[in-house]
Order: sequence, then structure tokens, then C-alpha cells
Amino acid sequence: MKILVPVKRVIDYNVKPRVKADGSGVDLANVKMSMNPFDEIAVEEAIRLKEAGKAEEIVAVSIGPAKAQETLRTALAMGADRAILVETDDEVEPLAVAKILKAIAAEEQPGLIMLGKQAIDDDSNQTGQMLAALMERPQGTFANTVEVDGDSVTVKREVDGGLETVKLTMPAIVTTDLRLNEPRYASLPNIMKAKKKPLDTKTSADYGVDTARRLTTTNVSEPPVRQAGEKVADVDALVAKIKALGIA
Amino acid sequence: MKTLVLVEHDNASVKDATLATVTAAAAIGDVDLLVAGSNARGAAEEAAKIAGTGKVLLADDAAYEHQLAENVAPLVVGLMADYDAFVAPATTTGKNIAPRVAALLDVMQISDIMSVEGDRTFTRPIYAGNAIATVQSSDDKLVLTVRGTAFDKAEAEGGSATIEEVSGKGDSGLSQFVSQELAESERPELTSAGIIVSGGRALKDAETFEQYITPLADKLGAGIGASRAAVDAGYVPNDYQVGQTGKIVAPDVYFAIGISGAIQHLAGMKDSKTIIAINKDEDAPIFQVADIGLVGDLFKILPELTEKL
Repeated sequence: MKILVPVKRVIDYNVKPRVKADGSGVDLANVKMSMNPFDEIAVEEAIRLKEAGKAEEIVAVSIGPAKAQETLRTALAMGADRAILVETDDEVEPLAVAKILKAIAAEEQPGLIMLGKQAIDDDSNQTGQMLAALMERPQGTFANTVEVDGDSVTVKREVDGGLETVKLTMPAIVTTDLRLNEPRYASLPNIMKAKKKPLDTKTSADYGVDTARRLTTTNVSEPPVRQAGEKVADVDALVAKIKALGIA
Repeated sequence: MKTLVLVEHDNASVKDATLATVTAAAAIGDVDLLVAGSNARGAAEEAAKIAGTGKVLLADDAAYEHQLAENVAPLVVGLMADYDAFVAPATTTGKNIAPRVAALLDVMQISDIMSVEGDRTFTRPIYAGNAIATVQSSDDKLVLTVRGTAFDKAEAEGGSATIEEVSGKGDSGLSQFVSQELAESERPELTSAGIIVSGGRALKDAETFEQYITPLADKLGAGIGASRAAVDAGYVPNDYQVGQTGKIVAPDVYFAIGISGAIQHLAGMKDSKTIIAINKDEDAPIFQVADIGLVGDLFKILPELTEKL
């Protein structure tokens, strides 16, 4: 079985995003960029499935600027076998990303497509579900545990009330939640090796997908700032404050 | 504009998340409700009482019992011929189904809306709530998910919508429900609790979390939450997590106990009316958003606080 792992290059999760003064977006100039953390979990899970003998090949895909090559090299250094970059300088929306991924899946015929449940830049939480819809395949979103058995995959999902387990007929789409695994760090020898692994570069036109945006962002602003209150000296003062709120 | 709202329910009754979603939809246009379930007449009857709605569409089929997205999405798509917007709560159910509907309609979804700015214009949080984007759709139809804490709840009583039975293709044959492990608790649900007591990594382990947080929550009749660090460390199950990638909450009073206040966590609770923080580090970022703060050792403070309240 082949596993396709779409990964996105995003602002590093440790960086506090700054909104541009003109309201046009978030300032990404000279900001550290990394692989979307949820996608890193997807790469790790794919590698573990390969190590467990459940998968033969892992193909990482990214849709983004030329620099998304770095993100793909990270996936290769972690253990993916080869990579495809669909190069574009446009901000491609989840629906168009799903269409491109569908076209790639038609060529690659993966048994599983694993990706993060959301990207930490636009927080859309859509691509996996949209891809599953377009491919008319099942989806296991917000995965906490993934077990492959023959031609089906059992996914334990993190839902609002606790956990839910579903069984999906493969090919299937799985989106990862935080607790699925802890991604490994790529070792130096593996980073060196990754430079020699195959990386194909394509464009969205190669897949016949129109990436024109459907949504227009008219403004990006800072959220309202909450003012710090006061610190109290001891528990008695805290008790008095809490009682004043009328809750005890 | 005609909107169709996905009702969040457990077949027997309607969940609270539906109410804020109805308010958001009503700001766009007329509201009809969809109850997709199995033996779900109870939920449909409850939904019919929500104020300000037109009719309730009830799709009652064994295939919809667990609201598998593979089965519910085609049902919604079939109904959308008569509607301009599909509006779902931004719960794990809504987030699972809505994008599947959007893709089948060839619509770009707008996730997690916080306000309605016009016919096709909405605000939504991006970058873990560090920025708010105003977004306008050019699609023929709208598919939206709604952040529950950003809208007032519609009145659960007072409406008298008619219930109309509808049907879809039923089972897609793609996926199967196996089991669920839902937390059984007498406590208020996090997303609707008036008071929440949340613990962080400083609670040390599962046992001390229970020993120190639970008595205070019991005393206040509060829901219990946790930071991502506490969940990752295994002190409490995942459904306790408050934050951008967990639950978004906005209670009247939020206690942040031993939580430093990572951006990720703040994004999930900073709309609470009053925030009370207890932390031993006086420079912890949580104090920048807290209305009332107490610096000190939580293992000393909590028992004393619980006793004196």
C-alpha cells in the first residue's frame, strides 16, 4: 500500500503572528516557517505504518511556493520516500487544494491519504473532508489512533464528548489530531540522505485545476486586547472577589 | 436568503451548540432546521420549539444514527437545492460534515464565523485567534460553521415549527460506526458551563489533578477543563482540552489553575467574562488576560480556597 501525505508550509508554531498595519494580512517576511504541526503528525503516522509493514511507500505532497521544498525535504528526512511539489505563489484555498490532491491521488492510487486536521495559519479544518468528498471515499477526521487491517482502517476519533471509533473501507482519508503520536526529529544522516530522494515539481495547471479564489479577505485585524486586571495578596482577598461575583 | 441549520443532537434531545448556530443563521436569513438521526423524533420535537425557526426537516434513518459524514453530507446536498446557505455549529460533528457538503456543492466553506458583517461577509479567527479576518464569499451558496461562543443562544422554547420528514440515500457503504467512549459526567458540559475550573501542567499528575481541581469544581458546580499540556501529559482525557485546537469556551467565570497561558490556550478561553488565574510564576502570560490573579503555590492555595468558599 502507498500512503500519500499532503504537508503545508506555515508560520512556525512558536512565532507570534503580527498583523500588518494596513490590515492586508499577517506579516510573514523574515518569519521562521515550518511544517504544519498536524501534518508532521501525519508524516510520523505514515512512517510508523511503513515500519510496521503495513505500507510500502510514502509520498509527500506540498502545494505552495518554491520554498515549500524545504518542508518536503523535512518529510523526506523523517522517512517519506519521495515528494511532489505543486508550485504556486498564490494562496490556494482548501477546496482547490483538495482538487489538486484528488488529481494526484488518481495518478498515485494511495490506499491511505493522511494529513493534518487543520493548518495553523488559516485554521480552516476543511481539506481532508473536502478531498474525501471529491474522491467519494470515507474520512476519519481528528484521529487519535489509526489501525490498518487488510483493506480497512479503523480510526479512533477525538470528538467533543470523548472518543468515537469508525471503520473505513480503503482507500480512505485520515486527518490527524494532536495525540495520535509524537513526531520524530530527523537525524543528520537522514537529512543528508533526504537531499538525494526524488522531488518532482509540478504546477496546478498540470492537474487542470483552477485555483482562483472564491473568498476575498477584505481585512485582517488584531483581536480585541483584554486588559490585565489586578493581583490579590492572599486567598482571603481572592475569596472576597469570588463572592463579589455572586458565584459562591 | 434561506438557511438550513444542522441540528446538533443525540437523537433524543438537542444540544446547546445548535442555539448559537440558529442565532448566526437568523442574521443571514430565514432559518429551517435539519435533524439527521435515527429514532430522532424526540430531538426534532425539541428543535421545533426553538424560537425563530420555520420548519424542521427530519431525516430518520438508521444510516444517520451516528451522523457519519459519508451518509449525512449527500442528504444535505440533496436538500440544498432549496437553500442558499448551510450553517453548522463548529463542533466536531459540524466540522466533520460541513466541508464534505461544501466540496460536493463546489463551495469554499467559511469556518468558525464570529460575526455576520453582511449578506456574504463574515469575520473569523485565523492564526489561533491571533488575527481576525473579514472574509467575503463569491460562491452561489454559502457553507458556514459557527463559533458558538461568539453568538447569543436562541431561545430553546417558544417556537412552534412544523416537522417535515425528508429522506436521502441512506448508507453510503463507505464507513461504519464501531463504538464510542463518551465521558459520563454529572458536570456541566464545557461549552455551555457557567463556571469552568481548568488545570494545567503544574498539577503534576492525574491523581493530584483530581485531588485539587475536583473539590473546587464540585463546590462551584463548575465544569472541568485543562490545558493542552495537561491533556498531553495524560492527567485528563482529550475532551477536557480548552484551546484553539480543543474546545472554545466563554463561561461567566473561568479559573486557570497552574496554566501559564500559551497563545493556544488563550485562544480557547479569552472571551470568558471573568478570568481568575492562580500561578506560582508572577510573570506567567495568563496574568495579562486575568481579571483577578493570585501568585502562589496552588497546592497550598487550592485547599484553602475550596474550604473558604
